[in-house]
Amino acid sequence: MNAPVKNKLLKGETGDWEIVIGMEVHAQVLSNSKLFSGASTEFGAEPNSQVSFIDAGFPGMLPVINAKCIEQAVRTGLGLKAQINLRSLFDRKNYFYPDLPQGYQISQYKDPIVGEGEVLIDLKDGETIQVGIERLHLEQDAGKSLHDQHPDSSFVDLNRSGIALMEIVTKPHMRTSEEAAAFLKKLRAIVRYLGTCDGNMDEGSMRADVNVSVCRAGGYEKFRADGSFKHLGTRCEIKNVNSMRFIAQAVEYEARRQIEVIEGGGAIRQETRLYDSKLGETRSMRSKEEAHDYRYFPDPDLLPLELDAGWVEAIKATLPELPDEKKARFMAAGLSAYDASVLVAERELADFYEELAKGVDAKAAANWLNNEILGRLNRDGLSIAEVPVTAGANNAIIQMVADKTISGKIAKDLLDIVWSEGGDPRAVVEARGMKQVTDTGAIDAAIEAVIAANPDKVEEVKAKPKLAAWFVGQVMKQTGGKANPAAVNAALKTRLNLPDEG
Amino acid sequence: MSDLISMTLAEARDAIRAKKLSSRELTGAFVTAIEAARPLNAFITEAGEQALAAADAADKRIAAGTMGDLEGLPLAIKDLFCTKGVRTTAASKILGNFIPPYESTVTQNLWDAGAVMLGKTNLDEFAMGSSNETSHFGPVFNPWRASNSNANLVPGGSSGGSSAAVAADLCLAATGTDTGGSIRQPAAITGRVGLKPTYGRCSRFGIVAFASSLDQAGPMTKTVRDAAIMLKTMASVDPKDSTSMDVPVPDYEKLLEGGIKGLRIGIPKEYRVEGAAAEVDALWTKGADWLKAQGAEIVEVSLPHTKYALPTYYIVAPAEASSNLARYDGVKFGYRAPKARDITDLYERSRGEGFGAEVQRRILIGTYVLSAGYYDAYYSKAQKLRTLIKRDFEQAFEKCDVLLTPSTPGPAFAVGAKTSDPLEMYLQDVFTVTVNLAGLPGISVPAGLTSNGLPLGLQLIGKAFDEATLLRAALAVETAADFKHSPAKWWSV
Repeated sequence: MNAPVKNKLLKGETGDWEIVIGMEVHAQVLSNSKLFSGASTEFGAEPNSQVSFIDAGFPGMLPVINAKCIEQAVRTGLGLKAQINLRSLFDRKNYFYPDLPQGYQISQYKDPIVGEGEVLIDLKDGETIQVGIERLHLEQDAGKSLHDQHPDSSFVDLNRSGIALMEIVTKPHMRTSEEAAAFLKKLRAIVRYLGTCDGNMDEGSMRADVNVSVCRAGGYEKFRADGSFKHLGTRCEIKNVNSMRFIAQAVEYEARRQIEVIEGGGAIRQETRLYDSKLGETRSMRSKEEAHDYRYFPDPDLLPLELDAGWVEAIKATLPELPDEKKARFMAAGLSAYDASVLVAERELADFYEELAKGVDAKAAANWLNNEILGRLNRDGLSIAEVPVTAGANNAIIQMVADKTISGKIAKDLLDIVWSEGGDPRAVVEARGMKQVTDTGAIDAAIEAVIAANPDKVEEVKAKPKLAAWFVGQVMKQTGGKANPAAVNAALKTRLNLPDEG
Repeated sequence: MSDLISMTLAEARDAIRAKKLSSRELTGAFVTAIEAARPLNAFITEAGEQALAAADAADKRIAAGTMGDLEGLPLAIKDLFCTKGVRTTAASKILGNFIPPYESTVTQNLWDAGAVMLGKTNLDEFAMGSSNETSHFGPVFNPWRASNSNANLVPGGSSGGSSAAVAADLCLAATGTDTGGSIRQPAAITGRVGLKPTYGRCSRFGIVAFASSLDQAGPMTKTVRDAAIMLKTMASVDPKDSTSMDVPVPDYEKLLEGGIKGLRIGIPKEYRVEGAAAEVDALWTKGADWLKAQGAEIVEVSLPHTKYALPTYYIVAPAEASSNLARYDGVKFGYRAPKARDITDLYERSRGEGFGAEVQRRILIGTYVLSAGYYDAYYSKAQKLRTLIKRDFEQAFEKCDVLLTPSTPGPAFAVGAKTSDPLEMYLQDVFTVTVNLAGLPGISVPAGLTSNGLPLGLQLIGKAFDEATLLRAALAVETAADFKHSPAKWWSV
């Protein structure tokens, strides 16, 4: 699983390099109120309209843990197959910034609520990779500084201040930008299945920092073998990588940059770099030496968080079927690993598929969804939630193909009709006479008409039996596409006295 | 008039209940006394008009027969408690004209019981000090003067305005907060009672934080009975303070009765310190004798880690303070330095100009002990010592029910006498900080006068959440000491 793979190597001037990637993802907890106050967490409200005195750091204000946020973190931990720590601590991370009203962020440092776990990611080539989760901890979000509102002042919006975030830290177990993007996609799917984060990257509900280092080919395997970081290169943390596409670009750019530095005789400094999506490059923010001394210490306003094992078990019992389990079930029903992993990537898509596949062949349903529905959604710029033809209606179409009421070709036409005009597919088939013709009388009549009009072709086909396909096409045309192709084939063979193929 | 203001809280309560006295009458007397006592500088904000209005409202409730436990009783509030609509300063320039839009839980409890607020009392800036000399609003003078001198003395700190107000009859009782001795030390050197309850007994919500794991609100009163009455109302479990504890609050006043026969009083041998006045030692011995005479058993106990208490305290408290005070940055409220060049300049100048020297010193100490590379050597070690100090008490309390110690190393000292040497000032807390580090309840009771007429107190330390026994023992000391002295009212012209 972790052997050096050719396509994971980057060629440099002096030899092959490996990229090693770890991620820190900030996922906003889905909860009505903030981590330590009762203020609302709704997105897009008027600036500073959702701020309690606690969020604004007023004198004498004290944080009180929101139990819902704790439950969401535990639920996420369970979804990541991770260790739930029954005792965890909240610490203060001290630094000054105008959008940090208390002058410290309440976070978890040494004793996080969730420990080690794992996430499986599926790659396009069918490979499955296990990415280790180092920890998940809870922390407060900061507010937002607005620098473009006034010529010589900055404004601060504290609506976000105090909202609960889960910081999910991976082990350095990813080796290509594709894997990093796949990890984030999978993590997003998991939290969305769990209902613990809406995964909305546009609104900043999920933000990723990517740690990138490069090492000589083989270094990563040594690291996996003995766990020693000495086999890996010095890492740089890339901040602000807030879309799947940017992750790929940022990783590629950064790995290339590091290789160039090393091959040019330089050394990589451990530093924080900012990804500039406009220029497609990373640039230095601050070096390790310039890094803040956050002076972490346990927040004396909060007692250690003690969880009851029974309570954790009760949450575990309410976990929904997660992508991996759903994928396994889909595969057991006959889907390929790839098809199954595409379907489970979005809970809505998986749900749609399940409805679509009721009582019909799993593979046929998956093909229909992939080829017909997703194609049309893509063309029209719609999401699965906005699909104009319900899963039930699509299911009816697939059933009609299966019982030979309509042909596969007609099925596509039918979908086009109900896609743009609406209506019940069965009623449309009835009303428009789209049923497949298996009546041999009608087929024979059509064959006779084609033969009568093309005597020259009859001679040709006798010499070249492959030309029968031309006759099939003509007959289908004659019947308006409704003839059953198999029945047409059989009748033609008899009428033209053609040999059986193969 | 002077009879009214020299009443104890219990006496005033009983007089009001018996309708012999109106709250308006009583409050008016205090408002007049406060105005006359301005030379003491005990109040940062006087709230006379508001107090009279509250008194009228209390009188209406009394007439209607809907009386709270403290109905119509005028109190002074340390200016560290946020009071809705009334400026709250923490005696710092940096809070500017901050007017809280909320009320602290402790003061809300008092108002809910019908009490009347006379004003906000002076204190050391952010409660950091033992003499009330670090206040941005100037020092408070102790109502007491030595018999042979007219020199102004300090009232102790940090609750120096409250101690002076109680000692000078400017209120029936006052609130204080105690992080390392800030209730007990000023009470002791102004000849009054000061009670620091168990950590978690009173909510910290709405109290400007100094050191969150040590801060605790408590009453400063004329008598032990008054402290019992005040504590019952001040204490409560509070969903807004995660560190407040859900332990039933008994009727402490009722539990005062019963005497101390058979009670085991521990005398910790480590509390005989160098530099303490001989009179202090003598009073301590006397105190033990008083208790013994009332049927208590005296046992010698050991608190071996006592000598580490002050250094531990001066790591833990500044560490927490350095973080708690980070919010005063000139951005959101309070003092902002004018014409800042950029955000760093705004921070540096707002904080540099807004905080006084002692507060800056503690922020620097706290920042240092939490810094990378020093954390283990200081903060971690201090936490370990704190655990050991706590354990000392647990072991001592296997042998006794209450501990008896001196409250302070000496009597009130002259204004300016210790300001040049912070370490000497920090020694004021030598007998009191251990109690905060262990989260225990402690009370200082006036027990005698020095040869030149200055009050000294004795401290009793109780088991966690056993304020009832502590108060019973304190009553025994109070009864035996029969301390009836009051300062001459030199400030009234």
